[in-house]
Amino acid sequence: MIPVLLILLPLLTGIISFFIKEENAAKGWGLLSAVLTLTVAIAGVYFYPAAQLSFDSAWLPSLGSRFAMSMDGMSKMLVLLTAISFPLIFIATYKNQYKNPGSFYALMLLTQTGLMGVFVANDALLFYFFWELALIPVYFLCSLWGGEKRIAVTFKFFIYTFIGSLMMLAGILYMYFQTADHSFAWQSFYNVQLASEKQLFVFWLFFVAFAIKMPIFPFHTWQPDAYEQSPTATTMVLSGIMVKMGIFAVIKWLLPFFPTASDQFAQWIILLSVIGMLYASLIAIRQDDIKRLIAYSSIAHIGLMSATLFTGSRVGLEGVMIQMFNHGINVIGLWIVADAIEQQLGTRKFSELGGLAQKAPSLAILLVVMAFANIALPLTNAFIGEFLMFNGLFHYNIWITAVAGISIILAAVYTLNMVQKVFYGNTTDVTSNAIDISGNIRLALVILVVLVIALGVYPQPMIDLTKDTVGATMAGK
Amino acid sequence: MNAIILSALLGVVMMFSGILTKNKSVLKYIAAVGLLLLIAFNVMDTYAIFKFEINSRGLLSFEKFGLYFNTLAFAATFIYVLLSGSDIERAGINVAEYFALIFFVLCGLSILSGFNGMLMLFLGIEILSIPLYILTGSDKRNLKSNEAALKYFLMGSFTTGIMLMGIAFFYGATGSFTLNAPPVIPTTGMVNPSFLHVGGLLLLFVAMAFKVSAAPFHFWTPDVYDGAPSVFTSFMATIVKAAGFVAFIRLFQSQAIALGPTWKIILSIVIILTLMIGNITAVFQQSVKRMLAYSSIAQAGFMLFALFSSNDLAKEGILLYSVAYSLATIGIFAVLIKMDDYTFDGFNGLSKSHPVLAFTTTVFLLSLAGIPLTAGFFAKYYMLASVVKEGGSIWLVIVALFFAAVSVYYYFRVIQAMYFKEGDATTAPISGAFKLALIVVAGLVILLGIFPSIILNGFYF
Repeated sequence: MIPVLLILLPLLTGIISFFIKEENAAKGWGLLSAVLTLTVAIAGVYFYPAAQLSFDSAWLPSLGSRFAMSMDGMSKMLVLLTAISFPLIFIATYKNQYKNPGSFYALMLLTQTGLMGVFVANDALLFYFFWELALIPVYFLCSLWGGEKRIAVTFKFFIYTFIGSLMMLAGILYMYFQTADHSFAWQSFYNVQLASEKQLFVFWLFFVAFAIKMPIFPFHTWQPDAYEQSPTATTMVLSGIMVKMGIFAVIKWLLPFFPTASDQFAQWIILLSVIGMLYASLIAIRQDDIKRLIAYSSIAHIGLMSATLFTGSRVGLEGVMIQMFNHGINVIGLWIVADAIEQQLGTRKFSELGGLAQKAPSLAILLVVMAFANIALPLTNAFIGEFLMFNGLFHYNIWITAVAGISIILAAVYTLNMVQKVFYGNTTDVTSNAIDISGNIRLALVILVVLVIALGVYPQPMIDLTKDTVGATMAGK
Repeated sequence: MNAIILSALLGVVMMFSGILTKNKSVLKYIAAVGLLLLIAFNVMDTYAIFKFEINSRGLLSFEKFGLYFNTLAFAATFIYVLLSGSDIERAGINVAEYFALIFFVLCGLSILSGFNGMLMLFLGIEILSIPLYILTGSDKRNLKSNEAALKYFLMGSFTTGIMLMGIAFFYGATGSFTLNAPPVIPTTGMVNPSFLHVGGLLLLFVAMAFKVSAAPFHFWTPDVYDGAPSVFTSFMATIVKAAGFVAFIRLFQSQAIALGPTWKIILSIVIILTLMIGNITAVFQQSVKRMLAYSSIAQAGFMLFALFSSNDLAKEGILLYSVAYSLATIGIFAVLIKMDDYTFDGFNGLSKSHPVLAFTTTVFLLSLAGIPLTAGFFAKYYMLASVVKEGGSIWLVIVALFFAAVSVYYYFRVIQAMYFKEGDATTAPISGAFKLALIVVAGLVILLGIFPSIILNGFYF
């Protein structure tokens, strides 16, 4: 029942939220819903017996599709990430002003519904449904509350991902007719033994959809614009959780079905990912806008994850699992800082900022921890994930590892550069009257920093949580 | 047979009720009651509770599929009359005649869903088309409406000629009007059709392609749909078009074998052309009404898949597609008729002035684009699944999906105008009942998007 609750709770509260007119009521309602979902998620993952974690009911018997859901380690981890992120996002942006706040929170909660559904669905058609359901509310969120160029940018994002989804639909259809029992169940797809030349073709139908979502080079062009133009609360969802849909889908819905094709194309995808890492890191250095910098930095991090996925190494996969969670936490932290600055000072440009540490010392300290996590310094959560991933990559090919390693150095360059330009140096006209962050942002950031350090010192719980998925994925090799 | 007889009778009743009452809205209610009667009698026919029997000597044969299609088409017409009935009253002065003509169209539709011989096909098509020529020209003081009616009539008559020629060839080749499968050579198992047979079928194909506005026989569609009073375009583009497809499928499911492998090649070319012309041209339109005309060509491209892969999924699919497409299009046209300005800019800011209209229109547009959770998704899904099931043509599916992505572009332009652009879209006065009806239709679209089996169960039980 837990997966059904995780979907129904945000869905119903979201629909109710459309009818809330009063601003504080809408914010309170959204937060309440997100906290409730978090409670259910924690209870489900840690306290309820495993039998409660799956659900199966008839949906479309004539098509062979069932309303089937289950949660393995990876899906527990991502459900936790989703459930933790939403209350934090709502707390951190509590003071932001929106027109039609009821609709804003309603669409955010509907996005959460879609995300939860993607992570728990165990039936390909159901998975496709939630995959799209996560997209539609985001389209409206970005187009209604975004920046100046929002309409064109969001539309590009939508078309990109929609084309990907349609290709995946063709792939799902193809696989469906190959199954022995004409079913969309994950297990039936898994049992299909596709001839290798067919794998080589169907693989791409799925992979392009996931590659656009992640995004990896050269499918990434929608991403920096979309991150920049979206309202920051939505950007946090996009980069913290939604990109994980792509990685999650590769692990659950791609690698197990097409082992031959995955091996065959691994080197090309790894190469593309590494090119993307370097390319994004180099562009990040040249940025003058905090949001765009974080967007490019995110492409680089995702590139490392997707490269590692295709090395077929066990340690690497463990690293990806940990990093999916940690990247979510870290990037949301960075967005919160960016939003705090923008809300207060009205600009995101480095050239107009400086010396903020004197005015806002606690923001500076919290940002520095987040920045360290972004460059994966030891004792921060990202260190262990990146270490394991590089370990996996190293066993695959030492040269690729060396090139990918450059991006770590570049990450340090652009991240520290940002810290320096925004927080140190002389104050400017814009920052001279700045004040420190308010209580709600402080609360959200402190929680994130505690998570960053706790998981950096003791990552074992995350490794244990996702052990079964790693084992199952590796067993198929 | 119930549907054919009753719909013809109701047409006559509607004509005379125009003499008996001068109150226009009474006519709407008479038509609605007539449609409910029609549905009831057709259901009785389906389950053999009560039926008229006339010996048609094999020219008509009623099966579950055709009868069920009738029920769905009558139900869609009922929804159409509920949503746009008051706009039919405003279309011109001869309101009773308009309703009568709609019933005559339904009579032609019931013949087309049950024909088993070429003569009945011809009769059905003509009974269906002639009232449409009149409805197109019903706004007789409007030059565009006149032009559209004349164009439609001339082109339609020309196509009728081609169809008759095809039927004549067919008769010459087989010596019969009935749709029997062509003879198979026992030794090889191959069909050996004569030149006349193939030529006749090709001429029939052209005529039918014209009726469902498949490219390259689609040229009349944009002008006619644009010129006709919107309220009749809505009817023409949905229920009538679906009837054309049902007839198309009935005709070729037994005869396609005579054309051999060429059949699939011709059809693939027509499908791709239709998808391409419909979708690409729709992108460049400035008027929502004209965009919907091209979108209806594009949607016809998807419906042609039912012809391509004549398996059970295709049959279920065409039913679902007809319903999904009709509901969404009738809904959009119902809103469009209320708008003062038919251009995309005319929709600017509709979400502020009329949130209900904007929301329901969004649902309809998402359904036309085939986004999950709306009926349109499963409609497209069934069509594509039927092609994949046939095997070997997955490239065609990918082409279709590409054009489905293109279609998002022009459907979403309306959504963008309504929600994201500033403006004050003005409309005719909107009644509460109209809003309620729109919400019900949008609710149906979403319900079918989650449980398409509601429609399909009726087909099997």
